Amino acid sequence: MALVTTLRRLVQNSLREYSRKASAVTWPTKQRTFSVGTQPLRSDNKVTVNFINRDGEKIKVKGSPGDSLLDVVINEDLDFDGFGACEGTLACSTCHLIFDEEMYKKLGPITDEEMDMLDLAYGLTDTSRLGCQICLTKSMEGMVARVPESVADIRQTKDGSS
Amino acid sequence: MGAHKLLFSELKLWTSGRGGWIARLHKGIGGCGKASLSSCSPKVCIVGSGPAGFYTAQHLIKARQDVEVDIYERLPVPFGLVRFGVAPDHPEVKNVINTFTQTAKHSRCSFYGNVNVGKNVSITELQQAYHAVVLSYGAEGNRSMGVPGEDLAGVYSAKDFVGWYNGLPSCRELSPDLSCETAVILGQGNVALDVARILLSPIDILKKTDITQPTLEALAESQVRRVLIVGRRGPIQIACTIKELREMVNLPDTRPDLVAADFDGVKQALKDLPRPRKRLTELMLKTALEVPGEKEQERRRKASRSWGFRFFRSPVEVLAEPGHSRIAGIRLAINKLEGSGEGAQAVLTGEVEDVSCGLVVSSIGYKSLPIDPSVPFDSRKAIVPNTMGRVKQAAGLYCSGWLKTGPTGVIATTMNNSFDTARSIVEDMDSGTLDMSAAKPGSQSISALLEKRGVKPVTFSDWEKIDNVEMKRGEPRGKPREKLLTVEEMLHVAWT
Repeated sequence: MALVTTLRRLVQNSLREYSRKASAVTWPTKQRTFSVGTQPLRSDNKVTVNFINRDGEKIKVKGSPGDSLLDVVINEDLDFDGFGACEGTLACSTCHLIFDEEMYKKLGPITDEEMDMLDLAYGLTDTSRLGCQICLTKSMEGMVARVPESVADIRQTKDGSS
Repeated sequence: MGAHKLLFSELKLWTSGRGGWIARLHKGIGGCGKASLSSCSPKVCIVGSGPAGFYTAQHLIKARQDVEVDIYERLPVPFGLVRFGVAPDHPEVKNVINTFTQTAKHSRCSFYGNVNVGKNVSITELQQAYHAVVLSYGAEGNRSMGVPGEDLAGVYSAKDFVGWYNGLPSCRELSPDLSCETAVILGQGNVALDVARILLSPIDILKKTDITQPTLEALAESQVRRVLIVGRRGPIQIACTIKELREMVNLPDTRPDLVAADFDGVKQALKDLPRPRKRLTELMLKTALEVPGEKEQERRRKASRSWGFRFFRSPVEVLAEPGHSRIAGIRLAINKLEGSGEGAQAVLTGEVEDVSCGLVVSSIGYKSLPIDPSVPFDSRKAIVPNTMGRVKQAAGLYCSGWLKTGPTGVIATTMNNSFDTARSIVEDMDSGTLDMSAAKPGSQSISALLEKRGVKPVTFSDWEKIDNVEMKRGEPRGKPREKLLTVEEMLHVAWT
């Protein structure tokens, strides 16, 4: 599964306007890329993920089973500031995501290494995980993942003109 | 006015200098507000090309489609502490370089290396050329212990030691003497643990990293077998984080050497601790007090090196060998704690103890230095006084990174800090607080100034030549890169 994902991503990357490695900032691209894979595309092979960004907006995207949530954020060009700085190598906490209790229980076991980095995340909750460590399965269909505030932004509490 | 007269007058304005013509045009239109005429784009200058500089640039470029950012860097090479601070055995942390490279190659971003702000060009001159100047030059100094004997041979600041093993040109000649058995590190933050790990790691592991060749050679000859990491307060106040502690516990061919008595009362305090602190303390407790299984016991018995924490100890004097100027040991005052948790204070008891050692590394904090007299500087806190990144009493001047908040935090901390400053700048641009009514010449005038002063900047593509040479040189050795160690070599490669 990981190989298919990697191959698909390799092709997608070469179709983009400019070559880009997985990075923390996604530059807006007007061009919609199309998937080319070694499997026939079937709509029931995708998992819907709902992200809630830092402005409270809900963004609905699809990922493939086996993709990590960081993969989904990158593949779908979601514009979360500073997300995934270390590119999924458990060396930072910037892909921190918050889930509801029910979904959190379905997310699978957490390793000491993930918890070590998660411990450094701002706004840590009991249902927090690192997006680069959560791999999609069909049972996560429709999951909601909230991107937490990365730092207390006082301006947001003023007259709303942040 | 007749058509030909109009044309002629415009031509006259044109030949009197494009900048002037554009400025007059824009005064009419209403300044450099949200008008995105490329010749009146807001121009921002960032001093320092470490994470703070790059993350500030990244956010600015994304937030406004008309902003142009120029990053100035003293060295010929970019990336600051990502290149010179992050330990060689932590390569994943350096992945952020990929996103910085993207930013540097953006059409609205330019990198100018080999430019010493404060010496080759002043902040005032930068402010004249740009609408906003952001100071992101970090903390190149270090806090001193302030004890007698600190200047003896064999005593180093962690800043210099780290600079040495990471190839910082100014630390090339450090040549620390590693012929002693015991090394004492003052401070228990992640930098202290990095130093301990580099001193104790098996060479086979280090030789596959981007650690410098001279360091590898020195470590191969090193006699250091025991490292003590000393802190003023107790286990619950330790400043390092759990990942780094876990690395020490799992370090091949080493065994932990902790003092059980240091942990009195710690187990009872666990339940009130927040999760991150609790897990860290539990790991320490386990390592200090639990009898491990057979296999681990055997591993520890066979280990040739040891590391340990010593708590409740403050340095009072570095002791020299009688009649020599080399260190023989360090005198430590014994403390007790008043209060608990984060706010606990270390109080002297009057007792001292001497520890024999041949190497002392002081890892008690980096410190920012003022680089230009025109910039306000708080010498007590060693930061540039600011509110949300806006330098106090200095319109158009901003700061981000460690210079803004003090020298603590990982890359993600600096990232958020820099995004915050960028948000302040954008706010000021949008609201008119930042005066953008006149076009600014930006790098055009600064480049001319530098040329007149005989300073040649290193461009980002010049850096890429250095990058390629380093990677090529590392290949035959199985290293990700073999760093160039002098500014001369870097410039030579950059400009050939």
